[in-house]
Amino acid sequence: MRASLWMRLLPPVLGLGLLWLVWFVATLKGGPFPTPGQTWQAAVQLFSDPFYRNGPNDQGIGWNVLNSLQRVGLGFGLAALVGIPLGFVIGRFEFASRMLSPLISLLKPVSPLAWLPIGLLVFKSANPAAIWTIFICSIWPMVVNTAVGVQRVPRDYLNVARVLRLSEWKLVTRILFPAVLPYLLTGVRLSVGTAWLVIVAAEMLTGGVGIGFWVWDEWNNLNVRHILIAIFVIGLVGLLLEAALMALARRFSFDD
Amino acid sequence: MSQAFIRVQRTDMLFPTRQGWFHALRDIDLDIAQGEFVTLIGHSGCGKSTLLNLIAGLITPTGGALLCDGREIAGPGPDRAVVFQNHSLLPWLTCFDNVLLAVESVFGGREPRSRLMARTEEALQLVGMGHAMAKRPHEISGGMKQRVGIARALAMAPKVLLMDEPFGALDALTRAHLQDELLKIVAATRSTVVMVTHDVDEAVLLSDRIVMMTNGPAATIGEILPVALPRPRDRVALAEDPAYVHARKAVIDFLYTRHRHAEAASA
Repeated sequence: MRASLWMRLLPPVLGLGLLWLVWFVATLKGGPFPTPGQTWQAAVQLFSDPFYRNGPNDQGIGWNVLNSLQRVGLGFGLAALVGIPLGFVIGRFEFASRMLSPLISLLKPVSPLAWLPIGLLVFKSANPAAIWTIFICSIWPMVVNTAVGVQRVPRDYLNVARVLRLSEWKLVTRILFPAVLPYLLTGVRLSVGTAWLVIVAAEMLTGGVGIGFWVWDEWNNLNVRHILIAIFVIGLVGLLLEAALMALARRFSFDD
Repeated sequence: MSQAFIRVQRTDMLFPTRQGWFHALRDIDLDIAQGEFVTLIGHSGCGKSTLLNLIAGLITPTGGALLCDGREIAGPGPDRAVVFQNHSLLPWLTCFDNVLLAVESVFGGREPRSRLMARTEEALQLVGMGHAMAKRPHEISGGMKQRVGIARALAMAPKVLLMDEPFGALDALTRAHLQDELLKIVAATRSTVVMVTHDVDEAVLLSDRIVMMTNGPAATIGEILPVALPRPRDRVALAEDPAYVHARKAVIDFLYTRHRHAEAASA
């Protein structure tokens, strides 16, 4: 037990140590790139007061992260509201599948940022445009995964439903939804991951309070230490989102 | 023969495939009386499951007609409960909820909830699964899953019990045990049963009549063998019973001498 715990902890710690070492050696001679120590000091200072507010353009890192998360939450939530039912319809009805599949194939590979000007045009404001961008980038994995899940519901379960003459409502709640849930959660996980990737880029373009714009702002201030901290924070938040959704998926998975 | 309960009349079944139509069943005529236990036996690919699915209404025939209790079979329904080969229990529901789902769909509008629960429990007790009602399918063995599958079908109080190789995936001892229990249950409930099997002993032990099917494509009924053994039947006593041995021999003759499987014959 002790050895296995040791073996679980040692490799990740070594990996992080290696990163630190490369960083440390690379910045030994000085230059514009901050050393690990300097970055650490800046981080301690930054996190000592994460929720200060000095006007609209100077707020603590906590507010920046929360604002970004709020945009992701809104855009993702709307996408789930539209995408999951749409996926069910596509999975259940051949006609809808044939009608919408070419559209999805066409729109899915488009970079979400290409949709940003459309959002700006329609909503005439930066914040809804950013949420729109998140919406459009996180809807596809949910639509596609839900549809695939519905199409892969074992034929036997549907035959059970037919023999029992289940109502459409019972069919959806008792058979389709539980059977599709693991696929659906995979879609959700992919969507949230993409949304978190895209929000940083979208905020760089739209401005306002948010971790993406903060990175851009600190670049204009030439504060590289804060940019590095932002990279770690973005990575960490993404990791936590992923872990939370994995835990959720495990909770709802089932064995045959 | 008395009034036919299930009638299969000049039924043909063709399936569309990429290479054109596949003729699965040809010219099937079969009458089954109420309370009769009929098994369909034949080599794999002979369409015996297709015939069962036709009676279940899961597929519609391309020619001919099927009747159950004087009405045309137009689709699946709870009056013809199916026990699927791979049990088909819903893995996210407990054994109790799996059976309850069936009970609700049949009696839901007419009976109070307490009665539905009681029916569910009765059905599970009947198959000896009263102890595992709160378990999920993945927590119980293959034989137990099949029992719950049978309980689900019985709980619907069906006119006909349709079983598609229900014990095919089980080991020999579990299979024998479940066959004995099925005999008891059918004797108690007087169910009409149509069962698909490829096991000769199973067919002889359980059936009133054995429907032997020729090889596909375009399979049809080759011969129907009445099994006039008295009930209740005991497998140990029957093993040396001349009538049992004779029936067994007749089925084996049909399957392995006159209608060898195409693949086996060419090998």
